[in-house]
Formats: sequence, structure tokens, C-alpha cells
Amino acid sequence: MGEGEPALAWHPVRVSRPTLPSYVPTAFAVSVTTGIYGISFGALAVAAGLSIGQACALSALMFTGGSQFAAVAVIGAGGSLATAATNALLLGARNTAYGFVNVPILRRIPVLQRVIAAHLVIDETTAVAAAQDDESHRLGAFLWTGIMLWACWNLGTLGGALAGDQLGNPERWGLDAMFPAAFVALLAPQLRQPGAIAAAIAGGCIALALVPIAPVGIPVLASVLGLFAARAAWRSRA
Amino acid sequence: MTWPFLLAMCAAAYAQKAIAPILLGAWEPPHRVRTLLHLLAVPVLAGLIVVQTLGDGRELVLDARAPAVGAAIIAVWLRAPFLVVVLLAAVVAAGIRLVT
Repeated sequence: MGEGEPALAWHPVRVSRPTLPSYVPTAFAVSVTTGIYGISFGALAVAAGLSIGQACALSALMFTGGSQFAAVAVIGAGGSLATAATNALLLGARNTAYGFVNVPILRRIPVLQRVIAAHLVIDETTAVAAAQDDESHRLGAFLWTGIMLWACWNLGTLGGALAGDQLGNPERWGLDAMFPAAFVALLAPQLRQPGAIAAAIAGGCIALALVPIAPVGIPVLASVLGLFAARAAWRSRA
Repeated sequence: MTWPFLLAMCAAAYAQKAIAPILLGAWEPPHRVRTLLHLLAVPVLAGLIVVQTLGDGRELVLDARAPAVGAAIIAVWLRAPFLVVVLLAAVVAAGIRLVT
């Protein structure tokens, strides 16, 4: 370096770094937790008599954890295919409600991508997307959660199907409590909408009342009716 | 489980998820409907929280999950970050199970 040439000095240049949206860590945490449950699912599915390929196909193509666990549990207990299918579809019925929730989000992408993205309509994607106050963040939140969760759930399933349940019961680690806790955190910002608190209380009470008397899947599905409480709250305010 | 049965179940599960986004795909909901659709997530998530916290098949039970979710609610109320809320719930539930 000759004299007179400017030394390569460190300039404090402000580079606008692409920052990750705040929903990415949330999506990641939800996905990893679900992936650990995927290990359980893979192990349980193989123990119930499914092949490794079938366990993986269910996670890739059915991709709705509650339904998958229900179907495999029935078959593992020697139940009929009809019972397995009925329980799986009853548990999956709430995804139809989530489909409605996500209509305004998914309409923003082209139809072919929408057909694929609709496969990602589940509890977690809906909850993370709906928790975004800023409407323009909801599609990103939905897709990030959906894609990461799909990858983790399928990796977990493959691992569990190949290696068995090396981790033991995930309940020992409190994993079963992580899901409702995550949904509490994701529901909280949504309670600022008018009527939302009434809807949440009504939905919770409906589910609570139906657990002992209705088939599995119905309590959460029926909590949709809590929406009427929001309308009642609007009217009483108007 | 046979493959045709498995694939039929997957197709049915997909239909459940996709019926609204595909049939209503191009429709732009008016503002009021959009508000209502967004609000629809609230009662369902509340029902899901109740079932995941207190449900055990067709029974209601009070086990380690209830205090764990209680702790999570307090943490959310204190504006704790998402990860803290979720890990706190796991620690409380695992801790209770360890000592009981």
C-alpha cells in the first residue's frame, strides 16, 4: 500500500439488514415442539402396525396431528378402520373453520399456490397468523409456520418411525402443556378485537361443557358457536 | 392399514382444510366479513386451549397441565416473550410430574 493511498478504514456504514419478522422465532419454536411430538407419532404409528412409509405418508399428506394420533390409536388398539376414519375426521373438522379464518390470507396468493398452502391450514398456522395485528404480516406468518412445521413434523415422524420412541413419553418433559401455553400466547393479542373476550369465554365454556358428553373433536368444533357471543356483545354496546 | 384407505383419509383431511380457501378463493370479503372471519379464530382457539389443558379423551381432569397453563396465562399477562411463556409451561408441568 503506497503512501497517499487511503487506508482501508472501517467506515461505520449503515447497512440496512433484512431483519427477520417477529413471527419467525415464534413459528420456529412452535415447529420444533411439534417436531418432537412427531417422533412420538412415528413411533406410535409403527407400533400400531403401520409401515415406516405409511407413517411418513400420513404426516406428509394428512398433516393434522390430532387426526393422525387418533387414527393410529384406534388401529393400535385393534379398532375398526371405520372408527379410525370417523375419529380422524371429527378431529380434523375444526380445520374447516380454520379454512374460513384463512380465506382473506390465502386469497392473496395465486390459485396453484393456494391449493398447496391450503394443506397447511391447521391449529398452529392459523393461530400464529391470526396473532399478527398487522394484516400484511399474516400471510408470511402462515407460510413460515406452515413450512417449518411441516418439515419438523415429517422429520420427527421419520425419526420416530425408524428409531422408536427414544425420548420416552413427551409428557415427562411437559411438552403437552407447551401447546395450550403457546395458544394462550397467540390468542392474547387477538382479544383486543371488539367482542373477542366474549367469544373466547363462550368458546371455552362450550368446549368445557361438551368434553364429557360429545365425541372427540366435537368440543373444539362446537366452540365456533362462541362467535355469537361476540355478536351479542357488539349489539349490547351499539 | 391399507394404502387406499390411508390415501382416502388424507384426501378427506385435505378437503376439510381446503374447502373454504379454494371455493371462496377469489372472493374478496367485505370489511365486516373479514373482521368476522378473523374473529372466528378466537372462540376455536379458546376451545382448543380448554381441551388441551383439561381434556383427556372424554374426561375432564386436573393434572400438571392446568397449573402450567395458569403460569403461562400469568406470563402472557406480564408480557413475557413467547418462548418464555412456552418454556415456563413445560418447566411447571415437568416439575409437577417429577415430584408427584
